[in-house]
Amino acid sequence: MSTEMRADPGLYDYALRPPRLPDPPKPENDHLPIDIEVRVGMYEMQQLIRQTEKRAHDLFLQNLVKGTTHLSLGMEAIATGFARAMRPDDYTFATYRGHAHTIARGADIKKVLAELLGRETGLLKGKGGSMHLTDVEHGMMGSYAIIGAHLCIANGAAWSSQMRGTGQVTVCFFGDGTTNIGAFHEAVNFAALWKLPVVFVCENNLYMEYTPIDLVTPVEHPAADRASAYGLEAVLIDGNDADEVYVTAEEAISRARRGEGPTLVEAVTYRQGGHSRADPGKYRPSEELQAWLDKDPIKLYHQRLLRLGVPESRLTEIAQDVARRVDEATEFAKASPRPGPEHLLTDVWADGGSEWRN
Amino acid sequence: MPRMRMNQAIAQAIADEMRSDPTVVVFGEDVAEAGGPFKTTDGLLIEFGPNRVRDTPISEMGFLGAAVGAAATGLRPVVEIMFIEFLGVALDQLVTQGSKFRYLSAGKVTVPMTIRASVGAGLGFAAQHSQTLESWMLASPGLKVASASGAENAYGLLRSAIQDEDPVVFLEPRRLYAVRGDVKVGSNAAIPLGQARIVRSGEDVTIVAFGSTVRVAVDAAEQAEFSAEIIDLQTLVPWDRQAVLESVARTKRLVIVEENPYSFGWGTEIATKVASELFGDLEAPVLRVTTPDVPVPFGKALEERFLPSTSYLLAQTRYLLETGTLPRPWWEGGPT
Repeated sequence: MSTEMRADPGLYDYALRPPRLPDPPKPENDHLPIDIEVRVGMYEMQQLIRQTEKRAHDLFLQNLVKGTTHLSLGMEAIATGFARAMRPDDYTFATYRGHAHTIARGADIKKVLAELLGRETGLLKGKGGSMHLTDVEHGMMGSYAIIGAHLCIANGAAWSSQMRGTGQVTVCFFGDGTTNIGAFHEAVNFAALWKLPVVFVCENNLYMEYTPIDLVTPVEHPAADRASAYGLEAVLIDGNDADEVYVTAEEAISRARRGEGPTLVEAVTYRQGGHSRADPGKYRPSEELQAWLDKDPIKLYHQRLLRLGVPESRLTEIAQDVARRVDEATEFAKASPRPGPEHLLTDVWADGGSEWRN
Repeated sequence: MPRMRMNQAIAQAIADEMRSDPTVVVFGEDVAEAGGPFKTTDGLLIEFGPNRVRDTPISEMGFLGAAVGAAATGLRPVVEIMFIEFLGVALDQLVTQGSKFRYLSAGKVTVPMTIRASVGAGLGFAAQHSQTLESWMLASPGLKVASASGAENAYGLLRSAIQDEDPVVFLEPRRLYAVRGDVKVGSNAAIPLGQARIVRSGEDVTIVAFGSTVRVAVDAAEQAEFSAEIIDLQTLVPWDRQAVLESVARTKRLVIVEENPYSFGWGTEIATKVASELFGDLEAPVLRVTTPDVPVPFGKALEERFLPSTSYLLAQTRYLLETGTLPRPWWEGGPT
């Protein structure tokens, strides 16, 4: 037994395992029926997410962001494609890797960066931080830091919309690692049973924190292969192609809005960085990392837009405009005051926080 | 005032809230068709229909999470946790999700949900279906915790719990479900959360009780040769500091009777506050009468010994009044 285990060096060093290479990009998706201005908008959004997150990373290195951050570098197409297909009053639930989803729903990046810096002007007055970005005015119902919990909560929001007859749809994002916790199974079961207007989106970035997902999951596709257990179709898509994500999102969201129940989507993607700020991600085969960097969603989208006739100069202008906005937001955040101690005692109970206890 | 069992008072409180507020919904295991294993939701399905009264899978995390999400987006869910122990598999939804949503939305989201759970020993349900477990919830800012002590206050407290804008855990001592009482009903009968009830006035000692132990304290006071003031806390978070401090300032002696393990039970908070605020005024040490630090036993004789009984409370309180010193608990050879 022990000899046999030593025969596989990958058991001791994940970087020596065979690389998990991406499927090739799909030029045929150029022909998906998506308006060119919608596409340009999605390009801009991916740029905005990428550049804001890179800035967040820089601010962390400058010791201006405390705690930790979990970035979505390389995964921007998923947040972008879904958000674009949602109605303003639809609900988003995301994980602690939630910057992308918050920005994609329209949150002001000034408030996002201010929150990361713990400032009073942040989305949560500096009381939530990177792992808890929430912006209910934009339908962003929270970033949840306990794996799986928010799938159950998303069901409640979906059920509430169904009961109130508002036609709102809830979209709930989570990682591949979530498919192994009980909450995932309880939530998908519940949603299928009650035909809830919810779309569950597994962002399969191949790693559960520091561990390759296939080492801790008995099926190849952690979400899609489980769908049939709940009477749902397996929907497996390229998460690095914003257009493919967008058309998938449109269909799933329309289904939900028509009252035809939930969809479970598995979008295959790659986390270009480590799990969190503390993780350099050294456990990944270099060939694998390079292949996925070559399949960068923004780079590919850029090429697609050029093929579709959008002038290079327009794309450059967009990227530069985004850079300017991110700079402005950074200055805004840095110049914002830190919350005073009076904020420590508020937003706990509806009837007055700690004072009420006396 | 109608006379009814505690489970009937609970069902009526829910029904009356559902009549006055169309956003109130009820779900949990066996609550619809069966009317609840303890008949606490009896008749709701027929009156309000399957949209508002729903049976769920055995899936506490799933349905408690759904309650959080529904409460955050415009409904007012009342969910039933059949035995408080079942909350263990869903505790995250209560203490880390539901009670933090308001904080993590900069105060923009309220979570008006009520979690009802049956608690306590006395019916031979053994170690995994007889605990009270309120200590799981007490140190989780954002939640409120209340308990019925009989049919009399179950109706009014539950109506307040459902109307409350925060998540409220509403505990129901299981062995009292079938006990009848006179119940004030109607929209004026709501009992505010955070308000204790002086069940009986007295001069020599204040006995603070909660949930199932209120009856134990009242019975003891009726048999006692001394004059005991009985306070039913009704709500633990927030607890009525004023009522307790005013009473103990008069009687100068405090006994707390709890159906939970001695160590870290809810009474420690009351004892600390009173001993700190009234230091120097007390004529005896604060006495806590609790269960020992052991699981709930199955057999009847053991279970009776385990629970703080009327005679045990009397013996302990008598010792305190007569000697001015603290009796040891029975498991350390103290009076019983």
